[in-house]
Amino acid sequence: MEHEKLTAHFLELIRRASTSLPPDVVEALRRGIENEEPGSTAASTLGLLLENSQKAKEAETPICQDTGALYFFIEYGPDYRQSQLIEAIEAATAEATARYYLRPNAVDSITGKNSGNNLGAGAPNFQFTERDENGLRVKLLLKGGGSENVCAQYKLPDGRLKAGRDLDGVRKCVVDAVFQAQGKGCSPGIMGVGIGGNRDSSYGVAKKQLLRDLGDVNVDPELADLEKRLMSELNLLGIGPMGLGGKTTVIGVKAGQLHRLPACFFVSIAYLCWAARKAFMTLDGEEVAYDWD
Amino acid sequence: MIGIKLPVSADEIRKLKVGDEVSITGVMVTARDAAHKYLVETNGEDVRDLLKGSMIYHCGPVVKKGDNGKYSFVAAGPTTSIREEPYEAKVFEKYDVRAAIGKGGMGADTLAACGKFGSVYLSAIGGIATTLAQSVVEVLDVKKLEEFGVPEAFWVIRVEDFPAIVTMDSHGNSLHDEILEKSRGEYEKLVG
Repeated sequence: MEHEKLTAHFLELIRRASTSLPPDVVEALRRGIENEEPGSTAASTLGLLLENSQKAKEAETPICQDTGALYFFIEYGPDYRQSQLIEAIEAATAEATARYYLRPNAVDSITGKNSGNNLGAGAPNFQFTERDENGLRVKLLLKGGGSENVCAQYKLPDGRLKAGRDLDGVRKCVVDAVFQAQGKGCSPGIMGVGIGGNRDSSYGVAKKQLLRDLGDVNVDPELADLEKRLMSELNLLGIGPMGLGGKTTVIGVKAGQLHRLPACFFVSIAYLCWAARKAFMTLDGEEVAYDWD
Repeated sequence: MIGIKLPVSADEIRKLKVGDEVSITGVMVTARDAAHKYLVETNGEDVRDLLKGSMIYHCGPVVKKGDNGKYSFVAAGPTTSIREEPYEAKVFEKYDVRAAIGKGGMGADTLAACGKFGSVYLSAIGGIATTLAQSVVEVLDVKKLEEFGVPEAFWVIRVEDFPAIVTMDSHGNSLHDEILEKSRGEYEKLVG
């Protein structure tokens, strides 16, 4: 596909991610309102979140001013090259910033200078996977700084938590991370849990879980049980929407695992705020399709 | 809902209690990490007069520059306030600021400063950026834009009926501490 067309599709993908909330997240927030006491701060806060999302969609303006870091997960067939995709995505990212779908969010760590267009070293983030069939499957996640700051990584065993090298130890790490975060990650959050791997791949698999549909069930029955148990336990903490109290502290727990070194057992928790901005796109020849409106 | 017009006196602010919902109208200034560091390390001549009796909004907005050269806020929700904890008490004292508006709450130093100077901490709802941008009816000025960049600059804004909740008052109460302590009980059971 030619550069201009490809860039236009990526621009549209970014616009959708920044300005509209995915249907699974909307549904989860609605369920949250039903669980809270009518008239409570928690219920009215959740109502405001949904109302804002609707306004943002109509006005085509960002749901949250922290439009986050951009994570592109890309599966590409033989009719595409990585360099061509990077070029189109960078052009789309700069244009999305100029159109106010994105806030300038890439700051030089040495000089403190904002690049002004969201491009820079490691910005945006890319993860490429090659495949045999032609075409493209792209998943985009926008993840803000507030939720990134409350992500946490643990090393089992953990003496403070009395957490051993097993799934119950993993469970304790997730409870601790959510307790420590309180409302600072913009609860109700979605927890991506990475079990095993090394320091960076552990966080990598945790973040990748954030792309899953909130209603799906883990194919691994033990992880499915862990996710279900944590969903109900974390919502007992009483932290509630924005940490102002309530029953809705998380709206999703999704876990994935990687093999580890015998000496290492990392558990990583990728906290995603309720403004879980993701958008998915498929390109097949000249045809483009987005997963939802 | 309690209406507050800016600038506001310490006496007025001392009447507020944790849990009160407020609606703010007047001129306030955004400030986050680079701005707080600057306020503490310098005399803050650019914004000193604006801050007196007013409020600081912890916000890094998305800002549009119109064809006429005038700025407007597109998306403007609160950022996490705790990052300013090392600075805020000094800023309240030095600039006579009546409130910080943000999300997630602040710590013991800020709570003590609220009591000492007659200030409060207000929570705005995180992520409702389009809604809150609509309460920002005019961008009057911007300071340190070149140096700090769009999210970090001081944006001088006029707000109308800006909604927030008092979560730390000038009587030593913090809703954030209360929720933390309540959740600790459950946490200890779960971690065992």
